[in-house]
Amino acid sequence: MSRIYLTSASPEGDAPFRDVATAHSPFRTGRLILWIVILIVAVDFAWIVAHNENFGWPVVAAYFFDPTVISGLYVSLGLTVVAMALGTILGLGLAIARMSKDGLANTFAALFIWFFRGTPLLVQLIFWYNLSTLFPQLSISVPFGPTLASWDTNSVITPMTAAIVGLALNEAAYMAEIIRGGLLSVDRGQTETAEAFGMTRARALWRIIIPQAMRSIVPPTGNQLISMIKATSLVSVIAMADLLYSVQSIYNRTFEIIPMLLVAVIWYLLITSILNVGQSYIEAYYGRSDRRTRAAEKPALAGAAVQEATH
Amino acid sequence: MTALQTVNPLVQVRDVHKSFDQLEVLRGIDLDIAPGEVVVILGPSGSGKSTLLRCINHLESINKGFIAVDGEQIGYRLRKNRLEKLSANGIARQRRKIGMVFQQFNLYPHMTVLQNIIEAPVGVHGESRQEATRNALTLLERVGLSEKAGSYPRQLSGGQQQRVAIARALAIKPKLMLFDEPTSALDPELVGEVLAAMRDLAKQGLTMIVVTHEISFAREAADRVVFMDGGKVVEMGRPEDVIGNPQHPRTKSFLSRFL
Repeated sequence: MSRIYLTSASPEGDAPFRDVATAHSPFRTGRLILWIVILIVAVDFAWIVAHNENFGWPVVAAYFFDPTVISGLYVSLGLTVVAMALGTILGLGLAIARMSKDGLANTFAALFIWFFRGTPLLVQLIFWYNLSTLFPQLSISVPFGPTLASWDTNSVITPMTAAIVGLALNEAAYMAEIIRGGLLSVDRGQTETAEAFGMTRARALWRIIIPQAMRSIVPPTGNQLISMIKATSLVSVIAMADLLYSVQSIYNRTFEIIPMLLVAVIWYLLITSILNVGQSYIEAYYGRSDRRTRAAEKPALAGAAVQEATH
Repeated sequence: MTALQTVNPLVQVRDVHKSFDQLEVLRGIDLDIAPGEVVVILGPSGSGKSTLLRCINHLESINKGFIAVDGEQIGYRLRKNRLEKLSANGIARQRRKIGMVFQQFNLYPHMTVLQNIIEAPVGVHGESRQEATRNALTLLERVGLSEKAGSYPRQLSGGQQQRVAIARALAIKPKLMLFDEPTSALDPELVGEVLAAMRDLAKQGLTMIVVTHEISFAREAADRVVFMDGGKVVEMGRPEDVIGNPQHPRTKSFLSRFL
């Protein structure tokens, strides 16, 4: 019953043999015209901006490295690093608590995230700054028992501490959800394998789960970091001398509002651009096990790694 | 057979019951396994054979009964004459003498083959990195993958990954090895290489419990075949008896599908 289909081996069939290796892309006139139009508009816009005296480019240049601006820049960067680091560590703890089977830990984490994500950061910052109106004294004491140590709230809550606490706690709530999402994205079998090999929960998390979760944690964290840099500008409302506050303090004196804001804008853009580059390197690092070919093409390198490990 | 009865069993399973919500998966399992014995568990899917395996290293907890490995009750301890649940770390300690190979290999994808193998010996058993690496390379040679030490799991075929997983489980020098359908996720032409590695281990006197659908492996490598159905052991004995001359109608109908 089976039939055998004979195919014509000669190129005289319906479709003559034409090797695609000899193909070339056709010239697309419409595309070229579109390119030219867009380029002309862009150059024209740049020319207008550069020659508009209202932008005050000479002023921008003059104040770009002004000591006040630079110290404000350091404050913004420092706040970002500290608040982000604290927020990430706290967020990791919250994410683990949120995923635990323990009802108390789970509920606490859920409430924390609910509160700090549900209220505006600006309001939180103002609250922290004005903590002394709620609690004039901060003290460490046994619950319902004697007081061990006590401080005046105003001496503890400076603009600096209010800014750090406000930004870090807010960030922790967002990072908790990002990290939780990352941990959930790791295959359940990985946890099971780590358990079957007798690893403790902490070790399994640190060695097996978190490194794999990083691939889905890094991109949104980069997003958060960029948001954080811009969010630090909110602390100018509690008299913290960040980048925005510094340029404001200069234009309050000189009335050159737009040029000074441009100084801040360019600095913010510079920092976020650097961070973007950093992020792509980190992503490449955590994606290294995904590249099929690279390592396969370098058997000599793999051999060298083995030798290195043995000696 | 007389020899088996005089030795203390390495694994004791007594009247084990296990339910997932309403579903009763294990309904009174009794099974003793002697040191060095290779036991193959056969049975249709849903018969509870994988669950039984996962109860032995407490990946699943049991509802009733008793499981002990190497004289130690798994998952519980006696304190002031009362039985209490072990902490997560206590259970982790008990699992350290049990190796496991999974259906989906479950290699750590972010680590190279070598790192996969030395992770538990170095991190859990406290071996030196140097010693663990030397040991790992010997094991890789045994499963025929010496040249893959620096590769990542994704760069290997399924059969190669499973052989690495076997080497990884052996690296902790287990007293007992559990195989949970080790060839079920493999392409047919890759099954042979994994079974060959397992047959090799069986010959060397490792105690193994293997859940599989490979009847030929059971026939050649098993000391004892256990046939399970509906959460119970239906038939058990030497492979030539259970596979060659099954007594129970369930066993007969199951095996007839493979002939």
